Amino acid sequence: MYFGLSEDQIFFQENVSKFLEDQASLDIIRSITEGDSLELQGEIHSGLVNLGLGSLLIPEEFGGLGLDLLFATAVSQSLGGGIAPIAFTGSYIMAPLAIIFGGNQIQKERYLTQMSKNSIRIGVGFSQYIGARDNSTIEMNSNKISGRSLFVLDAKDATHLMLSDANGVIGLVSKNSSGIEIVELTTVDKTRSYSEVILNNVDVDVLEQTTSSNDAINKAVDGGRIILAADSIGASQRLIDKAVAYSKERKQFGRVIGSFQAVKHMCAEMAADLEPCYSLVWHAAYCFDNSPDEARLMACHAKSHVSEISKMIAKKATEVHGGMGFTDLMGLHYWFKRIGVNRHTLGAPELVREEAANIQNF
Amino acid sequence: MDLNYGAKYEDFRKEVREFCKEWKGVNFKDSAKIPMTQAFEATGVTMSRSEWQSTLIEKGYFARSVPKEYGGFGGESDIIKNRIIASEFSNANIPAAMGGQGIDMLVPTLLELGTEEQKKRYIKPTLHGEMIWCQGYSEPNAGSDLASLQTKGELVNDSWVINGQKIWTSTAQYSQMMFCLVRTEPDAQKHAGISYLLVPMDTPGLEIRPLVDMTLKAGFNEVFFTDVTIPKGNIIGKRGEGWAVANATLGHERGSLTDPNATVNRVNSLIDRMKEERLDGTRLIDIPVYRDKLISIQAKVMAFQSNSLRVLSSKLNKGQDTKIAGMIQKLVGTELRHELEGFAVDIMGEVGTLYEDSPHLRDSGSWQFLYMYYLGLIIGGGTSQIQKNIISERGLGMPKEPKAQGV
Repeated sequence: MYFGLSEDQIFFQENVSKFLEDQASLDIIRSITEGDSLELQGEIHSGLVNLGLGSLLIPEEFGGLGLDLLFATAVSQSLGGGIAPIAFTGSYIMAPLAIIFGGNQIQKERYLTQMSKNSIRIGVGFSQYIGARDNSTIEMNSNKISGRSLFVLDAKDATHLMLSDANGVIGLVSKNSSGIEIVELTTVDKTRSYSEVILNNVDVDVLEQTTSSNDAINKAVDGGRIILAADSIGASQRLIDKAVAYSKERKQFGRVIGSFQAVKHMCAEMAADLEPCYSLVWHAAYCFDNSPDEARLMACHAKSHVSEISKMIAKKATEVHGGMGFTDLMGLHYWFKRIGVNRHTLGAPELVREEAANIQNF
Repeated sequence: MDLNYGAKYEDFRKEVREFCKEWKGVNFKDSAKIPMTQAFEATGVTMSRSEWQSTLIEKGYFARSVPKEYGGFGGESDIIKNRIIASEFSNANIPAAMGGQGIDMLVPTLLELGTEEQKKRYIKPTLHGEMIWCQGYSEPNAGSDLASLQTKGELVNDSWVINGQKIWTSTAQYSQMMFCLVRTEPDAQKHAGISYLLVPMDTPGLEIRPLVDMTLKAGFNEVFFTDVTIPKGNIIGKRGEGWAVANATLGHERGSLTDPNATVNRVNSLIDRMKEERLDGTRLIDIPVYRDKLISIQAKVMAFQSNSLRVLSSKLNKGQDTKIAGMIQKLVGTELRHELEGFAVDIMGEVGTLYEDSPHLRDSGSWQFLYMYYLGLIIGGGTSQIQKNIISERGLGMPKEPKAQGV
């Protein structure tokens, strides 16, 4: 019995962290989010894809690394910690999962093989299935798709889009098909892309298994939720580390503020709240990989619980920094905002908890 | 990550499950004498608590790693087997072996630091439930700052003569013996002046007064010492080494306060209650605000249980660094349980406030009782605030609390 990350997983995770530390300093991320240095963003993305990030979950028979979700969870912690300005949850987690569990053999060969070579990249929009805002709808038949989907993940720089209707049927379109309009949305988190996709009678390739079963979309959503939770854990840990380090340097009343019990207890509370989140998210990923009966409930718990804890940590860690924490200069807000958007992506905590209650037939 | 225990342990689980089936409904003729918070249905064999202890030791389901010569099973220590036993017993709702401060804290201390004679004399009757112990640590002026304790022990004619007062002494009224911390070296520095003494409770000059807590049960006592005289040899470790001896056992207490299985069972009982209980004809579990809060508590319980698995893993796999995962268990476990029990009271509204033997009482009043009881556990065994000091200082490397001048 062993509960935790393996040496391989930790090694890979540290490589990703190290890469981000070297190539994606806060200054670089700042200039990327301000719209400068877009070529640097491309280099960061290519660098991480060279490490293998693009094909973690793709089976070896299609040229991927064939790793499991726990492995990807370990990686996602590093991406959150380093507020990596790249596509991940949509393109490299949800898209491959949907194809693996929902595609027929031809579709798997068609997409997974190209994805593992990084010759195609897929943006993912499942908000019709999770919860549609602003009266958006998607209509799909066996060869055409029309409608509007909001908060499509990783659509910028993608070559394809994967969209679902309200019933969980999933279709793929090529982004250069006629009848597609893409509108970029501006969330508070400028490290990743969110788009609105408008489709007018566009050619679609429907993933075959998804017309008769929700398994594929549920797998993709569960996986995405666990990965987002891991991203928020990484971001939260970085915020705690920063708060503790700052409290050991900053002096007031002739003492470092970290010697005041009020500050120590805030830090202890953050740590005590976050530590079980690691265990919960790894356990959820393990269930996803090994124990399908428990997987959906565990994914819901992981997403909703980590969303609540990381929101609290984002607030407290900022407070420990006092006025400086509130400034753009210090840049804490990049993590604060990443956590804020992760919380709502693929379902805010209240919605996910209602789903958890339904899964248990309450 | 691999959460399977392996075939050897699955066989063991089957064996334990069979045992539980065989002994379903076992109950005790003398349970009134021994404090327990859980009642078991009496549909099977009736025996004494001590006979049950012997049955369990014989099978190796209790005192596994205690050598045979001291009354244990004489096997190897095996954390996974212990865990399987605990979870199978609790699933089958049959009574686990007795715990208590003698078994959980004194026995491990004796095994580590006791003399051969002490081990032979005390361990066997303690394991078999024939010798109950209480712990004399805290004093009215020595709570979180335990090492400032003032109960005095003087060596007079080869006997320890003890004067002073202890407080928060659970089970003193049932106990035959007390292990306690006493200041024997008044001139030594604070922590170096304490010895760990063993006191028979029937010694003249020792007086027990029940201390009723907010649950209206006498869960604790005050114990007064007036020239209580005990043999010189009733000491574990040397004079002045008591603080180190006691620290070995405090660790055991913090671990034992936070059993994740019990919390998981409790959340399942809460779900059952919410399916049954109605407000204006609607099941509580169908009321959205209650439903939402229930799931958020269930998620916390799952996180806590997963964290315990991680801590268990670090004990099985040498070199696995779980950092502060183990350090937070007391804080998180007790606060979570208090929240859970309090939530159950809240959703039942006025009915949740019923107590003792009131009409309309639910589940023997256990929700309200445990809601209050866990406030006690949040405070006892190192308060939540002390836990946060430990986490921030030892876990996060933040500065230590400044020491007051001259102390």
